[in-house]
Amino acid sequence: MILAGAAHDPDRIDILHHLMDSEAYYHVATLPGGISLDITKHVLLMWLASALLIVMMSSIARQKGLVPRGLRNLIEPVLFFIRDELAIPNFHDKANRYLPFLWTVFFFILFCNLLGLLPGSATATGNLSVTAGLALVAFCMIHVTGVRENGLLHYLGSIVPPVPWWLWPLLLVVEIVGIFAKPFALAVRLWANMNGGHIVIMVIMGFIFLFKSVLAAGISVAAATAIYMLELFVALLQAYVFTFLTAVFMGMAAHPDH
Amino acid sequence: MEGLAMMGAGIGAGIATLGAGLGIGKIASGAVESIARQPEAAGDIRGSMILTAALIEGVALFACAICFMIQSKFAG
Repeated sequence: MILAGAAHDPDRIDILHHLMDSEAYYHVATLPGGISLDITKHVLLMWLASALLIVMMSSIARQKGLVPRGLRNLIEPVLFFIRDELAIPNFHDKANRYLPFLWTVFFFILFCNLLGLLPGSATATGNLSVTAGLALVAFCMIHVTGVRENGLLHYLGSIVPPVPWWLWPLLLVVEIVGIFAKPFALAVRLWANMNGGHIVIMVIMGFIFLFKSVLAAGISVAAATAIYMLELFVALLQAYVFTFLTAVFMGMAAHPDH
Repeated sequence: MEGLAMMGAGIGAGIATLGAGLGIGKIASGAVESIARQPEAAGDIRGSMILTAALIEGVALFACAICFMIQSKFAG
């Protein structure tokens, strides 16, 4: 009907399946447990984002002098914003140690989000597997930061904050749930936000097929354009929110006493 | 049965939106009030505003994702 859904059953539009996976262009292998290693549109888009980042950022980083020229004018304020607003408040004097990770996460998510808004492409961050992978990286970084800044034993001891002894077992359970809830929330937040706009656009464009009139087409296209503009903003905001929350969680792991 | 499930999905999405709207609205009102009272702290307040709004929005999106799963399970 509206969207060409997954190919497994032509009579059913399985939108969720359509959103979670994209069609495979090149079959590589399927690991035991049904984990597919196929090259899909999302994989290609991630490669494109990475290639763009490598080319752009390395050319900017090689520029000599304090005065920025060309593309560096666009990128440098963003880099400084992340350093001043995210890294320094969370890591204080050790900001430079974690800054490259935050920059990479921010720009990779941003490029995936923005590339997904081009007609004919697909949003790699609108795939739950991609965001789960990003959240897994964030999960590892949170605990690597904690162990690196505090030492393994001190970090394990600081998982539960200092409380009266009878509260300790309860808080241990809460904190362990929290450890896994944080990356889960990161993954689902990014995935749902990137898909939400797409679904709204799909529904609005679906009105054309529902009403079959020129008037509905005009209104739908105008409304879809407005939602598209909102999606541009959300693409930036969600890249920032993911980086922001990762930085806050890493900062909490690094300085466990507050 | 399918109709009930679809209704549940729709009502669930509506309630999730209601809760998230109330929560984020309260955050925004508090943040704007405190920025008006203390404009020099606007940067810090904006940061914590976005953080808490993102946390609330995350919960609302969980609810919407579940509604969406119900919907796509029964849409035929």
